[in-house]
Amino acid sequence: MSVPLLEVEKLHKHFPVGGRMLRAVDGVSFDLYRGETLGLVGESGCGKSTVARTIVGLYRATAGSVRFEGHELVGITRRHMRPFRRRIQMIFQDPYASLDPRQTVASILAEPLAIHRMGRPRARRLRAMQLLEAVGLNPRHIHRYPHEFSGGQRQRIGIARALALEPDLIICDEPVSALDVSIQAQIVNLLAELQERFNLAYLFIAHDLAVVRHICRRIAVMYLGRIVEIATRDQLFGSPTHPYTRALLSAIPHPDPEVERTRRRIVLPGDVPSPLSPPSGCTFHPRCPERDQVEGERCSREVPELVPLADGRCRACHLPEEREAPLPGSGHPAAQTES
Amino acid sequence: MALLEVKDLRVRFETHHGTVRAVDGVSFDLEEGETLGLVGESGSGKSVTNLALMGLIPSPPGVVEAESVRFKERDLLALPPEELRKLRGNRIAMIFQDPMTSLNPLLTIGRQLTEVLELHKRVSRREARRAAVAGLDDVGIPSPERRLKQYPHELSGGMRQRVMIAMALLCKPDILIADEPTTALDVTIQAQILELMRDLQERHGTAIILVTHDLGVVAGMSNRVNVMYAGRLVESAPAAPLFARPLHPYTAGLLASVPTLDGDPEAQLFSIPGQPPDLAALGEGCAFQPRCDFAVERCATQRPTLDPPLAGEPRLSACFESARLREGFSPAAREEKA
Repeated sequence: MSVPLLEVEKLHKHFPVGGRMLRAVDGVSFDLYRGETLGLVGESGCGKSTVARTIVGLYRATAGSVRFEGHELVGITRRHMRPFRRRIQMIFQDPYASLDPRQTVASILAEPLAIHRMGRPRARRLRAMQLLEAVGLNPRHIHRYPHEFSGGQRQRIGIARALALEPDLIICDEPVSALDVSIQAQIVNLLAELQERFNLAYLFIAHDLAVVRHICRRIAVMYLGRIVEIATRDQLFGSPTHPYTRALLSAIPHPDPEVERTRRRIVLPGDVPSPLSPPSGCTFHPRCPERDQVEGERCSREVPELVPLADGRCRACHLPEEREAPLPGSGHPAAQTES
Repeated sequence: MALLEVKDLRVRFETHHGTVRAVDGVSFDLEEGETLGLVGESGSGKSVTNLALMGLIPSPPGVVEAESVRFKERDLLALPPEELRKLRGNRIAMIFQDPMTSLNPLLTIGRQLTEVLELHKRVSRREARRAAVAGLDDVGIPSPERRLKQYPHELSGGMRQRVMIAMALLCKPDILIADEPTTALDVTIQAQILELMRDLQERHGTAIILVTHDLGVVAGMSNRVNVMYAGRLVESAPAAPLFARPLHPYTAGLLASVPTLDGDPEAQLFSIPGQPPDLAALGEGCAFQPRCDFAVERCATQRPTLDPPLAGEPRLSACFESARLREGFSPAAREEKA
């Protein structure tokens, strides 16, 4: 892997709210490579959707940089943005709200092609039919309206629209959260199949960690506008190192009564604080169950930087690294000295 | 005798598409102090079932019928509205998915809590206030005195759901119907609320009907589980055997579609083919038949009844082919068949 497809560096997005600043995204950095899926997870209000919208230019970044194949996107004009717009597409959570109810599927799918002046109407119609086929819908349903489809089928239409311009990157903002379990699995499998077929990169935003685990090789966990841990799937689910990641994983109920009866749960106290007045230092410190293991007042005074650990992942936490129990057989240096 | 006995409950809505049979012959019992999980996807009829029990289906367009709905020797459907109102919120309480829309935004938390008591318990204002403070304290709300003066918008989602639970439990009901109580909440807040519900049930012994689409939540909370599909109960069993060995293809498919934290992340997720049926155009046979891998010829024309798969077994399945599921269900088995 050479140059990343997408490089996000120290991205900030602040909104003025009643004379104060809401720091929705507060210094987020990550890379995304061609054909890769990066998961961006966190609870409501952590800023994950704002990151997505700032990358595609729906919001203007307050500070920081977004580079696509090395080209800076922050601060460029709409006209210069246009060629990149074609290559970065987005899928939204609510397939009911993101399709125009008065347009037929044919016109929904041909619209991006028309905007980017690609092909004649007849060619566009053929392309629309191909797209429907690619997402597993009947191409003959091209003259139907969104309300004639079920929720899962509408999400397929949203995906087909995102594919129309042959993008390199699709930002998926909670694409399966509004769907029922049996339909959710269909869409997850479809996204995986399309990724392989078209060598797509996905930035996959979700709050459901079990779904993320199925789709993403690398995952970034956000809390109050910042990334607290970014790691490979195996690292994150095998041995989460940030106390928030640990609590998040432990909060997921497991569909097995036996496991649910016996497993240890970490129940975090309190609520996520308001991003209008975030706590000092590490913003997670008021709820952190492991705070007492850091000496002095460091957690409430000093913002922890996102720094690489010995196993290559990054974490923003004052806890000493040596504490972490490595995965068995992971070749972690600490494991070797112990044995 | 069970605390609540529902026999052949039917709810239909007359719409311009035709008659929608939202609940189509549902029967179940709820025992004292147990948690009964009610699982199903959107439109399966799980919420409508509960609204019907509470007499909250608007008519028209809704029509509610049943052989009987017995709660402590009384037939709920035969009660005059005045009597039903005395039970509702008092003996049978309900909490909903979205606490913001179920709390009145114009009244303080205190007023909403004391109103319940004044309505059902004939207590003085002062006593009601004392009970409200105790109720908030019981659900782990810090500084309850101060909260009484606040309005719903001043609280977070998790706190609002705690207020709803406190309100539901004020009259110490026999039954708490919790309809997707944690669906609108973040996972860490969901974990708090589930912990709270487990604790409250242990202390008060309230029977709970827990409606949810989240199989993980059901697994951690329920003694028994009812699975609904297209307005019908398709399986009913104690939680452990249901999750260990589902005997209805829909339950099995649903369980297999859920991504878990311990499955093979590289494997393709199992998915149930097709879409849920149109309730206004259900055929003669089993409603799941068009999506079912186990379907045989008669499934298309004959509707299977909810029976014990083996005589005397303490569980029920509405499937002609339950026996084949006993040998196990796996996506691999489907591929072999294909």
